[in-house]
Amino acid sequence: MSVQHTSRRSFLKVSAATGGGLMLGLSWLTSCESDKANKADPELQMPAEWVTVNAFLKIGDNGVVTIMSPNPEIGQNVKTSMPMIVAEELDVDWKNVIVEQAGLDTENYTRQLAGGSQSIRHGWEPLRKTGAMARYLLVAAAAQQLEVDASELRTENGVIYHDGSDRSLGYGEVASLAATLTPPEEVTLKDPADFKIIGHGKKNVDARKIVKGEPLYGLDVQREGMMYAAIVHPPAFGLKLKSVDDTEARSMPGIHDVVTIDARPEGVEQQWSDVNAFPQLVAVVGNNTWRVLQAKKALKIEWESDSAPESTAGHRSALEDLLNDGKAEEARRDGDPEAAFASAATVVERSYSAPFLPHNTMEPMNFFAHVTEDKAELVGPIQTPEFLRKTVSALLNMPEEKIDIMMTRMGGGFGRRLYGNFGVEAVLISKAAGGIPVKLVYSREDDMTQGTYRPEYLVRYRAGLDEDGKLIAFHVRGTGANESPVFANRFPAGTVDNYLAENLSIETNVSTGAWRAPRSNFIAGAEQAFLDEVAEAAGKDPIEFRLELFERAKTDPVGEDNDYDAERYAGVLELVRDKSGWNTNDDKRGVAAYYCHNSYVAQVLELEMKGSEPRVTEVHCAVDCGIVVNPEGALNQIQGGIIDGIGHALYGAVTFTDGKPDQQNFDTYRLIRHAEAPQSIHTHFVDNGIAPTGLGEPSLPPVIGALANAIYRASGERVYEQPFAKPRELKG
Amino acid sequence: MATYNLTVNGTPRSVEAEPDMPLLWVLRDELGLVGTKYGCGIGACGACTVHLDGIAMRSCSLPVGQLDGEAITTIEGLSENGDHPVQLAWLEHDVPQCGYCQAGQMMSAASLLGNSPGADDAEISASMSGNICRCGTYTRIHAAVKTAAKKMS
Ligand code: FES
Ligand code: FES
Repeated sequence: MSVQHTSRRSFLKVSAATGGGLMLGLSWLTSCESDKANKADPELQMPAEWVTVNAFLKIGDNGVVTIMSPNPEIGQNVKTSMPMIVAEELDVDWKNVIVEQAGLDTENYTRQLAGGSQSIRHGWEPLRKTGAMARYLLVAAAAQQLEVDASELRTENGVIYHDGSDRSLGYGEVASLAATLTPPEEVTLKDPADFKIIGHGKKNVDARKIVKGEPLYGLDVQREGMMYAAIVHPPAFGLKLKSVDDTEARSMPGIHDVVTIDARPEGVEQQWSDVNAFPQLVAVVGNNTWRVLQAKKALKIEWESDSAPESTAGHRSALEDLLNDGKAEEARRDGDPEAAFASAATVVERSYSAPFLPHNTMEPMNFFAHVTEDKAELVGPIQTPEFLRKTVSALLNMPEEKIDIMMTRMGGGFGRRLYGNFGVEAVLISKAAGGIPVKLVYSREDDMTQGTYRPEYLVRYRAGLDEDGKLIAFHVRGTGANESPVFANRFPAGTVDNYLAENLSIETNVSTGAWRAPRSNFIAGAEQAFLDEVAEAAGKDPIEFRLELFERAKTDPVGEDNDYDAERYAGVLELVRDKSGWNTNDDKRGVAAYYCHNSYVAQVLELEMKGSEPRVTEVHCAVDCGIVVNPEGALNQIQGGIIDGIGHALYGAVTFTDGKPDQQNFDTYRLIRHAEAPQSIHTHFVDNGIAPTGLGEPSLPPVIGALANAIYRASGERVYEQPFAKPRELKG
Repeated sequence: MATYNLTVNGTPRSVEAEPDMPLLWVLRDELGLVGTKYGCGIGACGACTVHLDGIAMRSCSLPVGQLDGEAITTIEGLSENGDHPVQLAWLEHDVPQCGYCQAGQMMSAASLLGNSPGADDAEISASMSGNICRCGTYTRIHAAVKTAAKKMS
C-alpha cells in the first residue's frame, strides 16, 4: 500500500509570528453555542462552560474541544482534515472534538478560500502551530497549578500528567488559566512519527447531519420573513437587457416584487472574482421558490445586442485559424527545435480539443442576503468570501466591517463558486426590494446557461524522434477561449534538448473561469495521449518511454525552470506499474501520469467497449501528495476525481448557437451516472513524510489521458476530440 | 389555491398551494423540510427523491394537487434517529463528499432495498443510475448499498 522514498523526521521549530498570521486573541466565552456543531461522537456530553483559547479553539470545562474550521467546505473534506491537524498538535482525543465552521474573519484567519487544492498545503504549518501553541499554554497553566516545572509534564489525549507525583489535570481544568498566559514566541512541533490523528482515517464531521437531511447548505437557509428570488438573465451571450414589462408577473400569487439590478455600475471597483457576462438582471421576489420561477415566465423582456453572438462552429474555426496562422507568444525555447525537427527520422504531429464545460455543481448557485441601512448579512456557498465582501462593500458603499459573511457547506464547487456573482446579486435584490431578507435561487437552467465555463481548447503537438526512437524535438502550440492551456515548464520540458512551447488565445464573450484543475483538466489528457502515440512510434512501452525521459530530467535536465520533481514523477509511474501488474501487451489498458497542484498522480485504467461506448471497469492510481492527512477523505477525493474526469471526458460539452447554450439541463447535458462509473478503484499513496500538497484536483487530469489510451488499445481507434463518447439520446 | 392534506413523515400536514406546485417546493418552502434537495426540477437528477407509499419518486415532478391524502416520507423521516440500515451504511462507508446529492441517493437506495432486499450488482447499478453525483461518489454508494442490503435481507 505504500513505498518509502525519503524520510524527514525532525523537530520543526517555528515562530508564532510567521506564516499564516494567526492572532492568539485570548478571551472568555461563557455561553455554550456549540449544540449545533459537529460531534464525532453523538453521545458526547457538552460542557457547561467554554474557554476561548484562540480563534481556532474553545475548550470546555469537561475537556471537550471545539475547533473552528476557517476554510470553505466544498466537498474537498477540509472541514474534517484541517481540524485534524490542530487536534494532532493539541494532543486531544478526536472523539472529544467538535468542529464548527467559522465565518469570514480576516482579522483572525488568513486565506479563507477554497481553490487550487491549496487549503491543506497552506494551512499545514499554521494549523500545527495553532494546536502546539495551545498545548504549550495548557501545559504552562498546569505547571503553575501543580507547582512543578513544565518540563516535567507530558500530555496525552487531552490530559496533562505529572508522572513524578502521579497527578494529572484535564485540559478543561486548566483552560481558563491557560487563556490568561502569554503565548510563547516559538513552539516545538511533534515528530511526524508520533502522529496519532494525522494519517489515520477520520470520517466526514458533517456525515451524520448529511445522512439525516439536516439543513447545511446555502439552499437550506431559512429566516423569519425571508422571501425567495429568481433571476432572469439574457438568453444568449452577446445580449443585454433593454426593457421589462412585469405587469403580469406582479399579479401572480405570492409575488412580492420585480426588480432590476446592475452588478457593474460605472465607477465601482471590481475584484478578480467578479466574472459575469450578465451584470444587468431582472429578479422576481416572492414567497416560494416555485412561484418566483413560474412568474419569470410571465415577464415580457426585450433584449438588445451588446456584442456579436458566437457559435460553436465559429469558435472552432477561429481556434483552428489561430493555431495554423496566428503569431504565438513563445513561452519557452530550448536548443534549436526547427533544426532538430528537420533532422528527425520520424515526426509525429497530432491535435487535441475539448469543449466548454459548465460546472454543474449539484447545488445550484444561491445566496441569502439581508441588507439594511447600516449593515448587510450574507449566508451562502462561496469559495472566495473575502473577495465577495470587497465587491459588496464597493457596491453598497458600506464599510467591510458592516458586512457579515457566513459560509455554508457547499453542494460542490469545482471552481464555480470562486466567482460570487450570485452573492452580489442576492445583496442587490435584497436592497432593491426594500431591504428584505431574501434567498436567491438559480434554477438548473440559470445555473447551466449563466456559467463561468471551462474554456474550449485546441492544442497541437509535434515530436521528433531519431533513428533509435529517442525523443530529440518537442513542440506544443496551444490555444483556447480567453486562455491557452499550455504550461510551458511542465513535463516533458526538461527532458528533451530541443523544445518549444507557444501560447495563443481567442477572445470570446462567453464568460470563462477556473474549473476543477484549470488548464490541467485538458492539457494532461492531450499530452498523455500524445506521448502514448510517440512511444508507439518509437517502438517502446509507454511507461518505459516516460521513465527514460524522467531519467534524463533526473541526471541531466535541460533548462532550469522545470516545474516538477522527476524523481517523484517517476516514482508514481513505477508504483502504478508494479501495483497494476502492467504488461506492455495489455489490450484494454491505458496509462498516464501528471503533476499539478504540487501533487503527482499516475494511473492505469482498464475498460471494455459496450457497443461504441467505452465503459471503464478498473483504475489503479498512485498518488504522491506528501503526508496524507486524512486517508479516508483522501481516498474519496481520488475516487471522485477519477470518476469526474472519466465522465467529463466521455460525455461533457456545452455548445452554443448564436450565443445561446444548447444544453440547459440534465436532459440534454450528460453527466456520468452510477452504472457508467468504474466500481473498482485501487489507490496507492506514496509515503515519504513530505509536507502535504493538493488532493482535490490532481487525480482528474491524468485519467483523461489514461482513458484515451485505453480506448485506443481496446478499439484500435485514437480519440482526439472530447467528449470521446458519441452523442446519444438522453433519457431522464 | 386549495388546501391539501398530506401525511409527511407520519405527521398530518395541510398546505395551501396551487395544484401544480411540485411536492418538492411544498416540502422545502411551505413545510420547511429542506432535506429534500433541488437539482434539476425535471426529474433528471434524483436529488429530490422522496417515498410515496415506500416507492421512490421525484418530488420535483409530483404536483401537490395529485397528492391529497397521500403519505410521503422524506429523508428527515427515513428513520427516527438516523439509523436506517441505508443511513448507517452511508456512515460506515463515509460516502459523502459535498453531500448534496446524498439524501436523494439514500432515498433511492432505501426504496430499492425495501422492495428488493436481495438486489444484485446489476440491479443496484441500474436503479441507482437515476441519481447524479457530480462529486463522483458512485463507488462508495455502490458499496454502501451492498452493506445495507446485507443487513436488510
Ligand atoms: S430535482 Fe427532481 S429529479 Fe432533479
Ligand atoms: S456528494 Fe457531491 S454531488 Fe454527490
